[in-house]
Amino acid sequence: MSTVLYDNPGPRTQARHRLYSVIAAGVLLVAAGAVVWRMYETGQFDYALWEPFVTPAYIKVILVDGLWKTLQMAFFSIILAVVFGLVFGVGKLSEHRWVRWPAWVVVEFFRAVPLLLLIVFIFMTYGVGGGIGSFWSVVIGLTLYNGSVLAEVFRAGINAVPKGQSEAAYAIGMSKTQVMRLVLLPQAVKIMLPSIISQMVVALKDTSLGAYVLAPGLTFVAKAIYTEFGNQFQTVIVIAGIYIVVNLLLTWVATWVQKRYVGEKRLDVTHIYGTYESGASMGA
Amino acid sequence: MDDVRSNFDLVLKAFWVTIELLVLSGVASLVLGTLLGAMRVGPIGVLARFATVYVSIVRNTPLLMVFVFIFIAAPELGWFVGTPFLLKGVVALTVYTSAFVCEAVRSGVNSVSVGQAEASRAIGLTFRQSMQLVVLPQAFRAVVPPLASVLIALAKNTSVAAVFGIMEATARMRYFTNNNAEDRTLIFLTFAIGYIIIVEVMSAGAHALERRWRVAR
Repeated sequence: MSTVLYDNPGPRTQARHRLYSVIAAGVLLVAAGAVVWRMYETGQFDYALWEPFVTPAYIKVILVDGLWKTLQMAFFSIILAVVFGLVFGVGKLSEHRWVRWPAWVVVEFFRAVPLLLLIVFIFMTYGVGGGIGSFWSVVIGLTLYNGSVLAEVFRAGINAVPKGQSEAAYAIGMSKTQVMRLVLLPQAVKIMLPSIISQMVVALKDTSLGAYVLAPGLTFVAKAIYTEFGNQFQTVIVIAGIYIVVNLLLTWVATWVQKRYVGEKRLDVTHIYGTYESGASMGA
Repeated sequence: MDDVRSNFDLVLKAFWVTIELLVLSGVASLVLGTLLGAMRVGPIGVLARFATVYVSIVRNTPLLMVFVFIFIAAPELGWFVGTPFLLKGVVALTVYTSAFVCEAVRSGVNSVSVGQAEASRAIGLTFRQSMQLVVLPQAFRAVVPPLASVLIALAKNTSVAAVFGIMEATARMRYFTNNNAEDRTLIFLTFAIGYIIIVEVMSAGAHALERRWRVAR
């Protein structure tokens, strides 16, 4: 296979690559061995430390109070974020300055401010006491942040629709609203679907930030478990594992949607900071 | 707000910590991420697979969990015991951000079309020449926008360090709002503007580089 970096290797290069592979595999194995040995030495394989994760009562806590709450927060915030993104993304494309500028300010503001700062502010201002509580503080923070990112994605998606489409629509006498609603948005949403699903991964990871304001979710449950059992290492492995599995599933769905409904054409969102591809997400 | 105004040096100090985290982990992630990217696109199968696994694990783990691992779990194994907090924060941010730098590098290299390299080999350029003169200059340009996004995300991600007792800007905002409940909004805006300045400076810098290196394709 010839790539942009190198041609098909000949027999001598192949032999050299084999040698390098063996050396690299050796180094990696030694490193992995050292880690496992360290775990053994510090007693990390002790059954008592892993026991909570095979005890039905704790599994239930992890799944119901942890995973389920995390999924709920991510789900609510993405649904709201899609609405927010749609309104402000279209707003940024408006021909009226008094619509375009406020939309631009809102989107830029919430995209540039760290989500954690936003969540802390919302929680301290509206969440505490008789307020909306930590769960909704996190959901609202996630909505504002991911909504602003999606607004940029929506704008990119609408701009990605070939110009001939809107020209043709205007030519047959459609109004601005009709062009947007009947011609541009349906095509834009299709090409954006994978990006929206990927944004769910960002939201899901970011729900973990809620732990800073004592919101429920996997990270919160993790803290409760390792505080009780003193099994910090095991808890991180298990909880991070759950996040990874769920996120890989979501990524797989995004890829499937891309293949099934969108095809080859890909919306490039790597230059938009805050998307999955650009590694925003502190949680992200 | 008087409290913030009379203690404005604390605000500046907090943002200085944020910038320290950003610069140190930015440089470290660029180095480590480029190395991972090289492994990923390189011809050694074992290393390519290692880089792929690293990226897909780290990319799907919340940054907060990476922090928990470095600050709370690793000491159980005897690692990072007694390491300064700032350094531990830099390690956690680097572990996380490197995965995204790796992806940016990979997509940059892949964006150069195979024909370019084939043509340069066809006219007899050596491997080194074709890398130096044809492939890397193009890959480098293509990598600037995604890399800028990754570094801007990193700037905002430094705020997670607040959860682990590092007095950077977000932790400092929480401290001020705790003591001055009635001025919450103004305090929030003060700190938000600080972050916005950092983000906008970085994004302006990236745009300038992009414009400067733009070539007709």
